[in-house]
Amino acid sequence: MTELIRVENLKKHFPIRKGILRKVKAHVKAVDGVSFSIHEKETIGLVGESGCGKTTAGRSILKLLEPTEGSIEYREEEITHLNKDQMRPLRRKLQIIFQDPYASLNPRMTVGKIIREGLDIHKIGMKRERDTMVAEVLERVGLPRNILDRYPHEFSGGQRQRVGIARALILNPEFIVCDEAISALDVSIQAQIINLLADLKEEYGIAYLFIAHDLSVVEHISDRVAVMYLGKIVELAETKELFSNPLHPYTRALLSSVPKPDPTVERERIILQGDVPSPIAPPSGCSFHPRCPLAVKGLCDTKEPNVVESKGHQFACHVVEEELETPPQADDDWAGRLLEGK
Amino acid sequence: MTLLSIRNLSVEFHTEEGIVRAVDEVSFDIPRGKTVCLVGESGCGKSVSAYSLLGLVSPPGRVVGGEALLKGEIEQDLLKLSEQELRSIRGNRISMIFQEPMTSLNPVFTIGDQIIEAILSHQAMSKGKARAKAISMLEQVRIPAPEQRVDEYPHQLSGGMRQRALIAMALATEPELLIADEPTTALDVTIQAQILELLKELQADTGLSVLFITHDLGVVAEIADEVVVMYASRVVEKAPARELFANPLHPYTRGLFNSLPSLGGSADGRLKTIEGSVPDPLAFPTGCKFWPRCELAVDGCRETEPELRTLAADHPVACDVIEGGADD
Repeated sequence: MTELIRVENLKKHFPIRKGILRKVKAHVKAVDGVSFSIHEKETIGLVGESGCGKTTAGRSILKLLEPTEGSIEYREEEITHLNKDQMRPLRRKLQIIFQDPYASLNPRMTVGKIIREGLDIHKIGMKRERDTMVAEVLERVGLPRNILDRYPHEFSGGQRQRVGIARALILNPEFIVCDEAISALDVSIQAQIINLLADLKEEYGIAYLFIAHDLSVVEHISDRVAVMYLGKIVELAETKELFSNPLHPYTRALLSSVPKPDPTVERERIILQGDVPSPIAPPSGCSFHPRCPLAVKGLCDTKEPNVVESKGHQFACHVVEEELETPPQADDDWAGRLLEGK
Repeated sequence: MTLLSIRNLSVEFHTEEGIVRAVDEVSFDIPRGKTVCLVGESGCGKSVSAYSLLGLVSPPGRVVGGEALLKGEIEQDLLKLSEQELRSIRGNRISMIFQEPMTSLNPVFTIGDQIIEAILSHQAMSKGKARAKAISMLEQVRIPAPEQRVDEYPHQLSGGMRQRALIAMALATEPELLIADEPTTALDVTIQAQILELLKELQADTGLSVLFITHDLGVVAEIADEVVVMYASRVVEKAPARELFANPLHPYTRGLFNSLPSLGGSADGRLKTIEGSVPDPLAFPTGCKFWPRCELAVDGCRETEPELRTLAADHPVACDVIEGGADD
């Protein structure tokens, strides 16, 4: 598999300015050292709770936000420091679909113009050819052809999201960031859009970074899944492996929190105490330690865990790392303690 | 034992483009000490149904028919009460919490002030006592350091804490019924788990009835005793939760279940979908409102609106096609 995108130690810090002189008083560490790669035709799910930095990560990779530190490579070419003009030819290949189909389409432009705009900007094809391409892409995303002169407000949420997809698709991209692309849609419409995204991936060989908070959707659509907490990736593995054998205590708690549509299931729920801490002043050591049922004093609160890899499964946790090194009785013991909540 | 019995509730909105019937002949019961979930997609009328119970539907909307009988020493029809009579019930016998905890709290008053106001508007009590009660309510909803939190403003609390504060406020007057309109939708899953757990515990402690409005079938499975499924302003299916999940009957309900990617389910293959989208309430299809999207639709479906009929025990469903055909 060819590597399409490679992200190395990506950081995005937003300064907080205060006072008359607008002095920088602190930083919101939205993304704080994230590394991973995305292969051709691969879907990576990026999950985490609100404020964990998943959206910022997605936008920084596309350079819609200027990264503070780290590097981004596209097809082994460093794009971190390219300026706007240098980025433009790459933009064709790197697209994004947004969460809110109501806010991400210009209400004063017709749907035809919205979809066509990319072709005009990148000067692709003759005028006639562009018309054909628009018609084709409309059909591909399941919209009728006669809507070109209509405005976004005339459409339902699901149809608008199809317009958003058409706009990205028409440039024949290799990589699309789907930023909560289905979160605002009703269940019955969600399924339609998920299927459409899966079909497009098959047909055109597109790779996705699928950012979402809905774990069951992510499990359905992704090849690999990364879990973020407070600006860091705490676990990354193949989808099946991650969901059947979650290692990080946060991933375990997150998975156990998802309500399952089956009232007969007796669930073993790990209820986390408290809230996600502020990314302005993340806790010392492992940023999950104040909520972690496994946290060890003197270790987790002082030393930041490194990302370690075991059989392609990456995670960042002192306790799990230790327990995996001393395999025998470790496994039951550890799961048991986690469920009791210490 | 039934606490609130809703019969043939209908609500209309008179708009410039025409009359929208947002709630159409909706009937269901809320038993004491149980949780009833009202489920459906956006615009199906689930919230409007609940709002109309407390006289909270404002023009151009109005209740055009039905009754909502609140049992007690004297039985009262909520839909016929005057504004003043309703005020003695709202926030007292029936409380409500909303989706957005930030917008339902007043940003310029402390949490404590707002809870104390809720208590004093329904109970004769000294201010000091009301404050003590507010603190004990915050404690009951597991807010850490309640003596300190009581003097904080809404913006100082996180989303989950705000929802807890709202629940404390809603329960401070010891209501018999709590109407919860998507109370966890805006929260993260780990926080949602905390709030659902809290509601279940509070219900076990106080014998509260809950009308829980949601679109999330996972949450329904978690919390519901009874489920009412709505589609395009009508009730299409009602059943005890276990029965509904084991044996969904209406094609719409089945479609909803099928279109859910399940956690731990097979990740391969396509999701089943319900084709098309929810109809425009200004131009509902004739007959059964689901027929244009229904796999089982036959010609008769376009003509007559199906009534609820009981196919399995305690399990009415509004579909003329499934099981036994249109003639029974």
